[in-house]
Amino acid sequence: MTKSIVFRFIRVITLLIGLSILTFSLIHLSPMDPVNAYIGGDSSASPEQIEKFKAYWGVNKSPVEQYFTWAGALLQGNFGTSLLYRSPVLDIIQSRFLTSLALMGVAWVLSGVIGYLLGTVAAMNRGKTIDKIIKWYSYTLVSTPIFWMGLILLIVFAVWLKWFPVGLAVPAGVLESDVRFIDRIHHFVLPVLTLSILGGSNIAMHTREKMIDILNTEFIVFAKARGESSWQIFKNHGVRNSIHPAISLQFAYFGELFGGSMLAEQVFAYPGLGSTLTTAGLNGDLPLMVGIILISSLFVFTGNLIADLLNKIVDPRVKGAM
Amino acid sequence: MSNVQTKPLLQVDHLSIGFSQYVKGTQKRIIHPIADMHVEINEGEIVAVVGASGSGKSLLAHAVLGILPSNAIFSGKMLYRGEELTPARMEKLRGREISFIPQSVNYLDPLMRVGRQVQIGLDPRTARAQQEKLFLQYGLQKNDGRLFPFELSGGMLRRVLFATSVREGVRLVIADEPTPGIHPQALSEILRQLKQFAEDGAGVMLITHDIISALEIADRVAVIKDGATVEISEASAFEGNGERLKTEYTQRLWRALPQNDFDLEFKREAVR
Repeated sequence: MTKSIVFRFIRVITLLIGLSILTFSLIHLSPMDPVNAYIGGDSSASPEQIEKFKAYWGVNKSPVEQYFTWAGALLQGNFGTSLLYRSPVLDIIQSRFLTSLALMGVAWVLSGVIGYLLGTVAAMNRGKTIDKIIKWYSYTLVSTPIFWMGLILLIVFAVWLKWFPVGLAVPAGVLESDVRFIDRIHHFVLPVLTLSILGGSNIAMHTREKMIDILNTEFIVFAKARGESSWQIFKNHGVRNSIHPAISLQFAYFGELFGGSMLAEQVFAYPGLGSTLTTAGLNGDLPLMVGIILISSLFVFTGNLIADLLNKIVDPRVKGAM
Repeated sequence: MSNVQTKPLLQVDHLSIGFSQYVKGTQKRIIHPIADMHVEINEGEIVAVVGASGSGKSLLAHAVLGILPSNAIFSGKMLYRGEELTPARMEKLRGREISFIPQSVNYLDPLMRVGRQVQIGLDPRTARAQQEKLFLQYGLQKNDGRLFPFELSGGMLRRVLFATSVREGVRLVIADEPTPGIHPQALSEILRQLKQFAEDGAGVMLITHDIISALEIADRVAVIKDGATVEISEASAFEGNGERLKTEYTQRLWRALPQNDFDLEFKREAVR
């Protein structure tokens, strides 16, 4: 156990080093000029001033030198200052991450529960009408782009029915201290729904396949021969054998969820990590962008790590191999 | 042979099982691995069903239990205690009056402790005690109940499978190849247990290709070839050169055993 954790710890470190080199090179190759981004549209800056900036930021130094300066600062926990928001990158990430975390967390749990239930019901009733309905529903949604789904929900529930607000996480023009919890929920529903509906259908398809495999095994035939009812078969053998792949899938889904929330946040103008990353990218806010990329890869890695470790607890056969 | 009853416990007549298959995309065809099967088992009787691999022995067991795959189509007559064996009746009987010992250890749930698997279907209040008693009876340790199937040897798993079949009120035991891969001492224990089922009044269908072991306990033997019953004979007819056996196929099968003349036919062919 300790050995495998240490091994994975080494892996995350090498992953982060590789990732930082990759992002750094990509940004270095991109046409974005940090000095320009910083000055923005201010054309009053004289060439001399711009030169001073370049010297101050070390833009003139070689890329390798620049990388080591940057990486060294990272190691000391200094992610730099956002050019756009003029405050430390870590502070911004922290506040945005909490907003996103609530969104992703709820969507994650909902899509897992909905997906598992739908998939199981479909598999247990394979070939019947209920299976066909669930299959049709899942196939349709799996092939639906997330931003399109978000737009449809916006049109129906926000524009036509006016049940939910069009965007943002809190009502516009209201002081932070005056925002009620119910308002936050009100703004929360549509983005969460978008993410859960799409994620759930994905998980439903995977669960259905897995469950059908399990139901075709000899030990299920034997359970039937021993007089176990469908419910008993599900309870005694189905859950036990399907929960393990379902859990891996669910945690491995962290990455996809993150990508999805980025698009959903954009559609709903929801001020989370995803929409911040888009803003940072579009405006050339390099420190913020790199910070978010590193933190979010750590987040996805954690998801996979948890999936791995949980597998070992659920499946006794993997334990010996640790 | 202890029976003088009019109604057999289980009667299978003209059983035919087909599977629909898709060939070349959309064309459907039906294959018939079982064409014309007859078996009859009385209470307290052991009937051995013998035949080569692929002759349809296991399908017969699965048909009686109602656990054929969903694409199977079957016709023919199956009577249990004089009444037709409908799917609904099978569902009620299996695991209670009809118990099944499967042929492979893959029939155990890989993720459930074996003790717990034996306890399924037992009265929850006494299940644990009963399971431990059964383990003792089959030479398994009390602690073995805590293990998962992958932690036990093949022979031990067979004994676990056997323990799952022992239930109060069982009238028919269907054992599908319960003997391969088991050492001689455990083998005789299994045969003894099957015999015990019969002595307690249950009918036993012993599906096997090990004729010699089967003859030790069987009252009658049904010989299956290509999904059809070739012959049903008293076990006592399997002796000497098989002169008392009715069909040539069975006689040749009997003589082909290593214990008998084994090479009789072969020699004659070679001389020719």
